[in-house]
Amino acid sequence: MNAPQNKRTFRLVGTRPVRPDGIDKVTGKAVYGTDFVAAGMLHGAVLRSPHAHAHIRSVDTRKAEALAGVKAVVTGADFPSLASLEVSLGESSGNIKFISRNCMAHEKVLYEGHAVAAVAAVSPAIAEAALALIEIDYEVLPHVMDIASAMAPDAPLLHDDMFTQGVEPKPDKPSNVALRFGIGRGDPDAALAGAHVVVSGRFSALPVHQGYIEPHACVAAWNADGQAQIWASSQGAFMIRSLTASILGISQADIRVTPLEIGGGFGGKTTVYLEPVAMVLSRKSGRPVRLEMSRSEVFRATGPAPGGEMDIQMAADADGTITGVVLEFKLLGGAYPGSDTHSGAMSALAHYNIANCRVTGWDVLCNMASTAAYRAPGAPQTIFPVESCIDDLAMKLGIDPIDLRLKNAVRPGDVGLTGVTAGEIGYVECLEAAKAHPHWSAPLGANQGRGVAGGTWGNYGGPSTASVSISEDGSVLVTTGSPDIGGSRAAMAIMAAEVLQVPYEQVRVTIADTSSIGYSMLTGGSRTTFATGKAVIEACEAIVLDLRGRAAAMWSVDPAETEWRDGTVFCTAAGKDDKQLSIRKIAARANFAQGPIAAEVALNAQGFLPGYCVHICDTEVDPETGQVSVLRYTTVQDVGTAIHPDYVEGQMQGGAVQGIGWALNEGYVYDKSGRMDNPGFLDYRIPVCSDMPMIDTVMIEKPNPAHPFGVKGVGEVPIVPPLGAVANAVSRAIGMRMRHLPLTPDRIWSELQAAE
Amino acid sequence: MSKMMITASINGDTTEFLAYPGDTLLDALRGTMGLTGSKQGCGSGDCGACTVMMDGQMVCSCLVLAAEAEGRSIATIESVAEGSQLHPVQRKFLEHGALQCGFCTPGFIVAAKALLDHNPNPTESETRYWLAGNLCRCTGYDKIVRAVMDAAAEMRQEHSTQRAPA
Repeated sequence: MNAPQNKRTFRLVGTRPVRPDGIDKVTGKAVYGTDFVAAGMLHGAVLRSPHAHAHIRSVDTRKAEALAGVKAVVTGADFPSLASLEVSLGESSGNIKFISRNCMAHEKVLYEGHAVAAVAAVSPAIAEAALALIEIDYEVLPHVMDIASAMAPDAPLLHDDMFTQGVEPKPDKPSNVALRFGIGRGDPDAALAGAHVVVSGRFSALPVHQGYIEPHACVAAWNADGQAQIWASSQGAFMIRSLTASILGISQADIRVTPLEIGGGFGGKTTVYLEPVAMVLSRKSGRPVRLEMSRSEVFRATGPAPGGEMDIQMAADADGTITGVVLEFKLLGGAYPGSDTHSGAMSALAHYNIANCRVTGWDVLCNMASTAAYRAPGAPQTIFPVESCIDDLAMKLGIDPIDLRLKNAVRPGDVGLTGVTAGEIGYVECLEAAKAHPHWSAPLGANQGRGVAGGTWGNYGGPSTASVSISEDGSVLVTTGSPDIGGSRAAMAIMAAEVLQVPYEQVRVTIADTSSIGYSMLTGGSRTTFATGKAVIEACEAIVLDLRGRAAAMWSVDPAETEWRDGTVFCTAAGKDDKQLSIRKIAARANFAQGPIAAEVALNAQGFLPGYCVHICDTEVDPETGQVSVLRYTTVQDVGTAIHPDYVEGQMQGGAVQGIGWALNEGYVYDKSGRMDNPGFLDYRIPVCSDMPMIDTVMIEKPNPAHPFGVKGVGEVPIVPPLGAVANAVSRAIGMRMRHLPLTPDRIWSELQAAE
Repeated sequence: MSKMMITASINGDTTEFLAYPGDTLLDALRGTMGLTGSKQGCGSGDCGACTVMMDGQMVCSCLVLAAEAEGRSIATIESVAEGSQLHPVQRKFLEHGALQCGFCTPGFIVAAKALLDHNPNPTESETRYWLAGNLCRCTGYDKIVRAVMDAAAEMRQEHSTQRAPA
């Protein structure tokens, strides 16, 4: 299919039908990670470290094993050694070693909540009781919880064999700094030295949790013959299969992972925590084992997104042209390497075309849970200081903040810091639409301020498999391996029905287990509607070709003398142009004629485009208490083509509110011993319904030429601007630049007091 | 520690079940009775995913002991639709796309139905404060609030139609 040059008209794309899995989800029938039950299933529980940093001198599980009803106890000693992983995995063993040790500590714990042992028993109560009988002798070590102490020359080391990567020459001493990564161009120092105006500052944000409402859960059954099944909610059943197989040193074909419904992920369910542990418990006990986390375990042992410190200097001409930026950021990456340094550095300035830049990121480890991806990982933290400085520039130069952004915005054809030339991107259109929106010109009252911020995220494509089959009655079955985290079954059904030109309800979508369809990368990177959708579309196109060929054979004409319209093959050959065959008629005789009608497409989707958006936020600050109210919020986003607009708007609104939570009230709080002080939704307060106004959405549809329907990823970028938009709104409301998140009442009140 | 026998009305059916003294009503619903529509998101009454009605009062079933259900009437998400007929709140959630992952949805629907049973014409602010005990991380609440208010409008319409003289 040719790329759309102009906005196309569609039959179904852009409509808002009820999602195919909707009834199950509004009636409580849908089976999530915590709902699945296997026959003869045992209940597991995980013992977690009470210390932020300690050596495990010894573990004694004998009393737990002796408790009636206990069927298995496992510790780090029950997992393959790191040496054996190096043998089996070679160079790719690094990450697997960290993931394995994060699932179950061995010899050393690196954060409060680190798993040290696990039990399977006939009831949850007995499993919990058994945990209390496990005796662990810890040698408590000094811990580090913040960037300065983690980077200090004499800092206690989490990993005594970790040498900072990306530094020349290679350091001769290990440290807590896992990585330095930098990109840039031009001469930013000269630009700063000769600038008409320079703005600068140190900014910070705290680690925050993805906050999905469904805790992690799985059931594993590992049989004596080595074959296993895992039922789990995650962003990728194939991800669970490959990580679990690697950690346990077994064949991927021996693990069949069935994806259960997922109760939110936002990037936090892109790795394994429980599955390898449940597998080992199952092998030891000979029975299926369920593991599920409490909310406290979710907070202490999974996620979070890294917090960070960001130092920025930005230079501009009098006309608002940004001439140079130097940004150095340090992300607080938790217990293992792999925080979002690369993506943070590449995102920071990707929405502006700036001649002279230097962006340097550091991945700094500390005794906190190992960080996980969170919606546009790294971009909110690095774009927050950029959007704050642009707001400062706008005030200093007396330029409208949207005009200032328009002056510097990246446009199609511009070359970015990574050397990639921008394709059909829509940042300028977003800024123009934001400026034209009535929100931008609405009056403000006392103690109120309006902030605007832009943002970008690279998105992804990648590997996906889809199969499409036509049943005997002409109804359509679409099967993919991409977990539906926010309505993607509806998008797949719409795209299939669009190609096949059949009613939406004639298409049903199944998300298969890992033994029933070929590989798909996980649901993440805003890739599913783009990449898996492309596979679905191509499979449906193959079906159409097949149906036309079958009809042509029946009519003894060339397939080129047929056309597909309204779910029917029409003959265009002279003298036979009254002939037509519907999908239903062809399907009715297909199986015992030329054979079943089915097509499978496995592809590695290229041509994805980054997402761009602009958010406008109005806040009111109570001068007595420092309390911030969000009065009005508008999101403008280039969405490519909105397949199902409800779920595109939903991504825009949900991402915005997560970002507002990060800006205003979320953050990990630790006590002096490195234990998390707020591991529950009462003290770690995500936005609630009464905190929020309606979130107005403006969808700009600038199609992606590399997708048959013009799809761009939409899920992640909406979390990027709110940190800047909210901080800019609050800063303007109180007349002081707020650089440190979250903007809690006590912080604002203190600033107000200090200024008086 | 031995189990207790508890007799309660569960979704209209008199039900006898066994529970340990420390079991929550949510444990009993999800475990013993297999009613997994009520979800455990926090276990501390902060997320509302386990919301059920007990004698007409909205409660977090993770904060109610199973034993406290003795002699009471419990209504869960599984009883909100009448047979295969969805409640207007359920239908409006689907029509508005007011769910993404759907995990918090059962709790929201039980709470929203309770609101509309109590107040057929809530303002946006009343709707938002009533639902403030239910956490949703996916939607940003916008479509949820619209769905609930639209369901209220439709139910008022139905009522006025029913009351209208023939």
